[in-house]
Order: sequence, then C-alpha cells, then structure tokens
Amino acid sequence: MKLFDYAKADSAETAAREGAVADTKFIAGGTNLLDLMKLQVETPARLVDISRLPLNDIEEVDGGGVRIGALVPNSDLAASPIIRERYEVLSRALLAGASGQLRNKASTGGNLLQRTRCYYFYETASRCNKRVPGSGCDAQQGFNRILAILGTSEHCIATHPSDMAVAMRALDATIVTLGSDGEKRRIAIGDFYRLPGDTPDVEHVLRPGELITHIELPAAPAGKQTYRKVRDRASYAFALVSVAGIVAVDGGKIASARLAFGGLGPMPWRDTAVENALVGQAPSDALFTQAADLLLRDARGFGSNDFKIPLARRTLIATLRELTA
Amino acid sequence: MQFTINGQPYQAEADIRTSLLDLLREHLSLTGSKKGCDHGQCGACTVLVNGRRINACLTLAVMHQDDDIVTIEGLGSPNKLHPLQAAFVKHDGFQCGYCTPGQICSAVGMLDEVEKGWPSHVSATLNDPDFTDEEIRERMSGNICRCSAYPNIVDAIREVADAREPVRAEAAE
Amino acid sequence: MTTNALRMDKPVEESLLDTGVQGIIGKGIERIDGPLKVAGQATYSAEYEFPDLAYGFLVRAPFAAGTITAIDAEGAKALPGVVDVVVDLKTFIRNPQQGGETGAPTQGVKDVAYFGEPVAIVVADSFEVARDAAQLVSIRYEPTAGVYTFDDHVDDAIKPPPGSMPPYHQQGDLEKAMAEAAFTVDNVWRTPSQNSAAMEPHASIAVWDDDGLTLYGSLQMPSSDKQQLAKSLGERQSKVRVVARYIGGGFGSKLGISPDTVATAIAAKAVGRPVKTVMTRQQVFDATVRRSNTQQRFRLAADAEGRLTGIGHETLCSNLPGEGYFEPAGQATQFLYGGENRIIKHDLVELNRTLSGSMRAPGEAVGLLAQENAMDELAEAIGIDPVELRRRNDPAKDPQKDVPYSTRSLTRCLDAGAKAFGWEQRNRTPGGRREGDWLIGQGMAATTRTNMLQPSEAQVSIGPDGRALVETDMTDIGTGTYTILAQIAGEILGLPVERVAVHLGDTNTPPGAGSGGSWGAGSSGSSVYLAAQALRDKLAKAMGVDADEMTLKDGHAIAGNRRVAIGELVGDGITATGSIEPGKQEQETTQASYGAHFCEVKVHAVTGEVRVTRWHATFEAGRILNRQTARSQCIGGIVFGIGTALTEELVHDDRDGRIVNHDLAEYHVPAHADIPPMDIVFLDDRDPHANPLQAKGIGELGIGGAGAAVTNAIYNATGVRVRDYPATLDKLLEGLPAV
Repeated sequence: MKLFDYAKADSAETAAREGAVADTKFIAGGTNLLDLMKLQVETPARLVDISRLPLNDIEEVDGGGVRIGALVPNSDLAASPIIRERYEVLSRALLAGASGQLRNKASTGGNLLQRTRCYYFYETASRCNKRVPGSGCDAQQGFNRILAILGTSEHCIATHPSDMAVAMRALDATIVTLGSDGEKRRIAIGDFYRLPGDTPDVEHVLRPGELITHIELPAAPAGKQTYRKVRDRASYAFALVSVAGIVAVDGGKIASARLAFGGLGPMPWRDTAVENALVGQAPSDALFTQAADLLLRDARGFGSNDFKIPLARRTLIATLRELTA
Repeated sequence: MQFTINGQPYQAEADIRTSLLDLLREHLSLTGSKKGCDHGQCGACTVLVNGRRINACLTLAVMHQDDDIVTIEGLGSPNKLHPLQAAFVKHDGFQCGYCTPGQICSAVGMLDEVEKGWPSHVSATLNDPDFTDEEIRERMSGNICRCSAYPNIVDAIREVADAREPVRAEAAE
Repeated sequence: MTTNALRMDKPVEESLLDTGVQGIIGKGIERIDGPLKVAGQATYSAEYEFPDLAYGFLVRAPFAAGTITAIDAEGAKALPGVVDVVVDLKTFIRNPQQGGETGAPTQGVKDVAYFGEPVAIVVADSFEVARDAAQLVSIRYEPTAGVYTFDDHVDDAIKPPPGSMPPYHQQGDLEKAMAEAAFTVDNVWRTPSQNSAAMEPHASIAVWDDDGLTLYGSLQMPSSDKQQLAKSLGERQSKVRVVARYIGGGFGSKLGISPDTVATAIAAKAVGRPVKTVMTRQQVFDATVRRSNTQQRFRLAADAEGRLTGIGHETLCSNLPGEGYFEPAGQATQFLYGGENRIIKHDLVELNRTLSGSMRAPGEAVGLLAQENAMDELAEAIGIDPVELRRRNDPAKDPQKDVPYSTRSLTRCLDAGAKAFGWEQRNRTPGGRREGDWLIGQGMAATTRTNMLQPSEAQVSIGPDGRALVETDMTDIGTGTYTILAQIAGEILGLPVERVAVHLGDTNTPPGAGSGGSWGAGSSGSSVYLAAQALRDKLAKAMGVDADEMTLKDGHAIAGNRRVAIGELVGDGITATGSIEPGKQEQETTQASYGAHFCEVKVHAVTGEVRVTRWHATFEAGRILNRQTARSQCIGGIVFGIGTALTEELVHDDRDGRIVNHDLAEYHVPAHADIPPMDIVFLDDRDPHANPLQAKGIGELGIGGAGAAVTNAIYNATGVRVRDYPATLDKLLEGLPAV
C-alpha cells in the first residue's frame, strides 16, 4: 500500500470538492478499495473519508419509490422493512453477496463501484488494460472462468462482481450524485456503467470528485421477484451467473418482465430485447428458450468460461419458469 | 490515535495505512484477532465494531477512533469464558484454533442479527425467518475453518442460541 | 536420568492404557488448550513480542524462469522507515524443504525456478513500510526457457527416486489379466494442484543472541526443521532453537522450513534486530508447497464373481526440476484390495511450478479418488452392490508384500457403515430420484491410511506437588496432541488431566516425532507412555511393591492397604524419558487404519450445483485416544475430501506456471454452507503391532475416499461420471436433463 494523505469530509459538498483533486479516492466501507490498495492495484495519493457523512437513511419518496443513502451498509439495506416488503429482489441479491461481515461494512454506493475480480487485474505482474491502460489483456488467452461472455472488447473481458447492482438494474435505479461544482445529477443505472471498448479503465460516467449521495428506486414493479445466483460454492463466492427477475403474469400472458444478469458482462447486464420478446406472450418453455437465445445471441466464450453460455441459458429458463409458475 | 477497545482506552502511534487488525495485533498486543488472508476472504479477523461484526483487516484504524470496538479478549478470558467460548470448547468447535476468535466474534454478531430479525440468503421468507441449522451455516459462511470444525461450530452456536431463545429453537430443524 | 526405550520389534499385547484405572483414555475430554484458544490467548508464531522488533516482507520474482543479474533496492532503501533490503542469492532457499529431511532444501535463488520465488527481504520499522518498500525493489534478469505445461511434457516424465514408497512395482501379468477378465475398468483420472490453505499463514520471528538463533516458526516438525535451518545457515545445530507452541493448521504445508524461515533468520542477523515475517496469503500459495496435480490411469480386472485378478495404477505428477518428491497415489493400491497381477507406477514431470510436496494424506487423498471411482464403475459393470464388491476383495493378507495385516477391519467398517446409513434403501438407478429441481444420489467409498511410527522422545516429570509435566518438541497443529498426551500420562500415572501440564513445540526439550503422516499420536504418545511407565516403576519402588501390585488413581498410589499421595513418593521430583522407534513390526505386518464413507448429495437439475446433504462414516484406527478430538480429525479429513471433490483447484497459467487463483476468494475451500452434519462412528479395536498404545493414525484417514464417495453419489444422482476433479458444475451441465 502506497502512502496517502487522509482527510475526513465534514459534508458532502466538501467531499465532492476535495474529491476532484487528482489521484483522490473516496473511502466509505473500504472493503474493496483497501483490498486493492494492499496489492497496489489501486494507488491513490489521497483518501477522502466519507464514512461519517449523514447519508444513512432509507426513505420513502413521492410516487411510491425509495431513496437510499449511499452510505447505508449492505446489511441494513437488505434488512430494511421497505426493501424486504417491496423490493425482494434487492434484498435477496444483497444477501447472496459476500459475507455477513462484509455486508456490515460495505456501502450501497461503494457496492455499485466495485472493481472486477479478474485474476489478472488483481495481479500486478500481469498485463491488464483496466489496471494499466495499453498494457494488454492476459485474461483472454489465460484462465477466464469467472470472466465475461457478453459486452467484452478485444481489450477487456472483465465482469462486474456486484450482486446488488444486478437487482438495481432490474429495478431501474437512479444514481443521484453531487459534483465538485455543487451540481446534482441523476443518472439512470442503465446509463451509469460503460462498456470496456478501448478504455476498460473507465467503468462509469462519474466525473472527478462526483460523489454518489443516493440511489433511488422507483415504485416497485408489479409481479413476482427473484434473485438466482449460481456460484462455485454454496456461499461466500462471486457469481458465475446470476439473474435478477421481476415478471408479472396477467390473464395467462406475461404482462411485464425485467431481467438483469450478473457474471456475464462488464456491467450488470440488461437486454430489453429479451424482455420485449416475453411481454404479451403466454409463458412456455419454447418462449423461454427463445428469450435465452436472444440474450446469448452475441455471447462469446474465451475457453474456460465457455460453460457460462449453456449455464446462463439454463438458469434463465429455470428462473422464468419459477417467476411464471 | 486514541481508541476504546473492550471498554479500555488505548493510544497508539501508527502509520496512517495501519488496518484495524494490524493496530490490534502489532500495536496494542491484542493478538487474539487473527490475520488469515488480509483481504476479507477468511473471517479470522472478525471483531465487533459498535456491536456489528466486521473484518478488521479491511478497514483503516484511523477511521475507527470514536467507535466501540470489542475483540475476542473483551468477550471472556480463559478463566471466565463467554458462553460461546465455553460452547466452542465443549463441542470441539475448533482444532488449530486460528480461525476461532473470528468465528466466535462472528457468532456473537450473527446471533444479534438474528435477534433483530434479519433474513439471510437461505431464508424461505424474508420476514421472521426460522433459525434453522441451515441458517447458522449460511450466516457463518464468512468464517473459513480449514480444520473444518464446521459441524461442531454449528452445535456450539445452536446450544447458545437455544439457551437464549427457547421459542425460536422449537422451530429449528 | 532414566530412559525407557522401545523398538517395535514385537507386538505389545498388554497396554497400560487398559490396566490403568484413571478412566480418562478414550474419553472425549475437552481440549486442555481449548480455553486459551477460544479466548485468543494461545500464542502463534507471529505473536511473540520483542523490543526493537523489525518487520520483514519477502520480495518475489515477478517472473517464472530467469537468472537474476541485478537487484535494485535503492528506491526501497530510500523510503523512510526502511532498515535494509537484504539480498543473499546464495543462502536464500529456493523452496521449502520436505518433511523430516535433515539437510537444507535446494538453496540459492539467483536462478529463479517458479513465479513468485522469494529472492530478497525488506526489513522496516513497520509492516506498512516493509510491504510498500517490497514493491519498489526491482529485479533485473535474463529470462531462461521454462517448462510450464503438464500435458505437453508427459512424455518427458522421469522415474523419481524412492519416496514413502517405491515409485514402481510390478507383479504377475496385468495385460494378460485384463485380456482374460470377465469385467474390466480402464480409465484416466485427473486431479489438480491443491494448497493446504492452513488458516495461519507461514510466519517466522528470528532472534539472535549469544546463544545463537531462536526461530519462532509455524512449523510442524521442530526437531528436523531445526536441522534444516542450521544446515541452510551453516550454523551448528546447538546454535539453533525452534519454537512452535501453537500452529494455525499445517496439513503438510509446514512440515519443512519455508523461504520465510531462512530469509528472516538472515535478515535478523544482518540488521542486528529481531525480525518478524508473515507471508501474505498470496505468498503462501505462490511460494510454499502444493499438492501436485496428477494424471492417473487406473485399471481393474475381475472374474465373473467380481474377484479382482489385476490392478494397475499408473500416476503422473509434477514437481520442480531436481526435486524428487512424487505424489504417492499408489500408496493404498498396494494393500487395500486383492488381485495378483499388479502394476503401480509413479512418474514425474519436471515443471517450473511451485514446489510440490506433502498435503494431508499424500497419496491416498488423490489415489483413492481413482481407485474408489474405479471400484464403483466395476460394481456397476458387474451389476453388484459396490459394498459387496469391496467385501469380496478383502484379502486375507497383504497381496503385495505377502505379510499379514496387523489388524484388518475393512469389511467390518463397510457393514457397520452401510447399516447406519441405510444403504440398502437407496435408489439404484442413476438419475432415478428427483425431488423438485434436485436430483438425489448416494455414494460410498472405502478409505485406508498406512500407519506409521516415527522415532520420538518425551520427558515426563512428577513434582512434590503431585503434578506431572510432559515435555517434548512434538507439536499440536490442531490435532489434539496437548490433550491426548495429558490423557496418556494421566491414565498411567493416575492423574486427572488437570494435574498434567504439557509443554510442546520447543527444541530445547526432547525431540518428538513432529506432526505429519498421522503418526503423531502413535509416536509421540508412545514416548510419553514409556516415560510414564518408567515413572510408574519408580513410584512402585518408592512404595516397596512391584508395579503391577500398585494402582495409581486420582493422584494416589494404592498398594495393599496403603494409599499414599504421589507427591509424597517423589522426593524433590522424579523424571524419566521415553523413547520409541520403529522396528521389525513395520516389515512383518501391514498396518493401516480403515473406514467406509456413505453420503448423499443433491445436484441441481438445471445448474449442476452440488450440495452434500448427509454423511455417515465408520472408522477403525485401533484404540481411540480421545473420541472427541478423533471425531474432529475425521470430520476435518472428510471436509477436505468434499473440497477435493467439488471446489478445490489451483489453476496454473500455462504461459508461466503461475498460480492464477492465489487467494482464498478464488481458491475455494469449503465454507460453512457447504458442509452437512456428520455422523461418525468408531469401531473399537486394538493394534498391538502398531505401538504400546495399540492406536493407529487418524488425522488423514477421513480424507481418503471421501471425494470419491461424493463423485460416486453424483453419478448415482445424475448418471454423469466425473473423472476430472473437481466436479464443478460446468462438468455436469451436458449430462443433466434438458431444460
């Protein structure tokens, strides 16, 4: 870990201002940042400690949605009565992630900004375009069991590791930020993450110093909610494939469907074509297979992650069966 | 830096980079909290901060100066064991003993979470889940035990939980 | 001082553990070190305090093969708080030493042989500075050609030197037996590299003073580790002391000294301060020891009744160039089943990968995967119950050495286990039992572990306070040594365990067997037995009676109508040393522990996720010294087996041999949620050929066959045979019902 300057922010405004200084990172839970700093994968010159800012509330907002403070710990969010009651998919996704200890520390905002678990990103003796732009990607010809099959580029095949963000993508969350100039922005989660392209080091649209203050969820959509996570051990492991699904069936037809996926792409993955193909149709295995084909139409494996294609297909079909049963 | 740990005041001169775990082990002679991986992947460093279990390896000491920190040393001593410590001895809930302080601190925090009605990944219903052995296993999965005392740890925790909360125990598997 | 020495040339038919009346042997007494451990007060190697302690951090070679031309440490040395960067390319050890060796391991790090090899050490005033500075050390080198891929080099495999068994054995004509057999199995199994992943990382504190070096190390075998360290440093043995009172797990990875041991000792001398080095978890993976990957061809030939006529077990494994250690996968194949025509072979592929060496049950842990899967396949081919197949092949004597078994309990374990589990009620059609989305299957496998005796010494004293003290440099790595040694001394001397103190892990005390090979209890326990026996004789003499006319109980000696407190019989105190060594019994009998696993799994019909839901195992290991710690050892072994079957795989990058998943997030050892309740039963027995305790090894018995029971159950659940371990879900997908 490199030496850094450390400052405690006393307000969101000062945090955002201080955060705009070059080489600065915010630290809240720290569960991912410190992990990476110990390995010198992250080497910030300054840390702005935002952990004591008053961004800890979960409030109902007009229109039936909720507003979640960026510093709400993952466990509190999962256990929140409103979330349990109305956003089961989010509660379930959070509970499927990490461990009790980590969930107690990790913040909502930080969870959205988790870095990939790619083995080669974590190893400074490897080539990684995300860690050192332009250095190359050792993952594509290497071991890539946990890496992406959708949305990859020739420069990066990393996956986003969050479970929570997958549920939030299905719930159409909005990320509320405060810029260093004091400007507030509202960013739809679908616009928040960036595909790797030729700049895999740029993972989201936040500007220097821009601080996530809240995450808003619109009113809970109709239908059954579920989060299905498939992983290499029963607990305490990242997803190979996960599906956050919310499906409403009315009069024997699918009235609405929202599906987001973890473990498949560089961001929590959502493909409206898949959802559109389902809506208005009567649930059937043939329909679900068609949806899976659509989802995976551009999927590409890199050797040790080839299995994710059939796994994603099977998991989606089974999840749709469960949601329409 | 100044800290309150196990109800006692402590002072330390430490590098800004010092983790809460290294503060305890290297500066304050509180070596009960263990370093197994230093990356939040094993749980051996679990301590209670403001009553909640966290990985002491993945947080900076400087960020916890006003917090109420409890380590294994604060739960009990060899001559006056905490009920969970005693149950671990009785049920042989450890072998080498290295993950044990983390398991016990984690179990203290976990039982508190259960008391608050928090659900888990395996809860059939998110509201008021039954506290089954499967729940113990899931909720304790952030504490790796390579000696694999897992079944005995479950027995130890079950015994303490039942003694605390006889009503819930009836619903157990 | 009295020494009571025994060489196991003859069986010990009567054990003092049966005639003792204290009544503590065999009982599930709580660990005597338990309160310290649960309170966080047991002192592991990195937890000793010294004024002026400096922190060491190992610097790795970030490449796999090359010759170092320069190490630039100026940047690191310029960092405030750095004391020195110590480079000694000649003396640093390339890799850990194997267990029990008395010489130095391969020494010299100028020619780097594997990715992550430690080549220098930073010493600083704080851990944080040392860690930072290590990244500033830059290593210049000339790359050399490395050999990294196993599959491409199997044809270059060499015959290794003899290890715990001869690398080759052949008898009869296996080809002919295969050709003439009514039923055969001939398949290839693959197992990946694995890591012991003990929870405590390897750690050393080195302190030099006028008496020489004291090394506080996480080491399983202090007496040989001391010799290895002295040789590595060019010091006399009398100048080196190793202390290892509590060890946070080992499983073989801490049998010999490791790179941190020597580097820390050199650094402490160089800077004139005590130095502490704790390996990071990544360094433990990269630079200690792995279990080798294996490729095993396993053949079985059987007649129409399912009697084996031939067994072939040909194993390929890997190690660093020049390291002769091979994974003895054929260990159990030598004696578990009959069959007169045999080939057992081990060949070694030399690769630039992390050293391979002993990990829990070296040999059996992976060899029994192939053997017990093959037996399951054979039973199916013949159409008989897999338990029955094993019963039919339980030979009357060792089929290879032509000597009797000391005791033999395979069939008893099979029968008792099958009954306890309810094996008869199982579904016999693969894929034939489905509950919702889950396919349910049951499987079984046999296990065995060779019993070994190692030379071991212990000293036992009784003071005027009537309390006993056991001293030996034997270790307790979680096995329960502290407790069983107190039980043995207490049983013979008539003392409750509260009145027996046990001091372990210090080479200033008599050399013990060390912890490894499941020999600890039998070897070290026998030395304590012998010392206590000598003290018992002294007490009898003080009473003026023959020892067998005297009863020792609750701190008193009772003879005739006299009852005297033991403390009153010992004057200023009495002391004796016990010493055991292996003898003719080792050659004249085949000694082993046995067991049978029965388990149930559920496999998700859509995703292929596997969950183990139920386990029963019946074991026989001679006398059980402590039912509770023995049970824990067996559970631990089984869980290792479950990890082997389902999740554990060190992945080497084919481009440079490096371990890609070198942390606990991606090397998946089982977590709580992976493990079901365990039903463990011991069949009481005595093995007088093993040692005076009549007890056999148990620490590695549980792992053998456990993984095979899981994959046999997966087959029963799904109809998919996995021969390429671990059975991760991707290997099952194709064979699952279509969705």
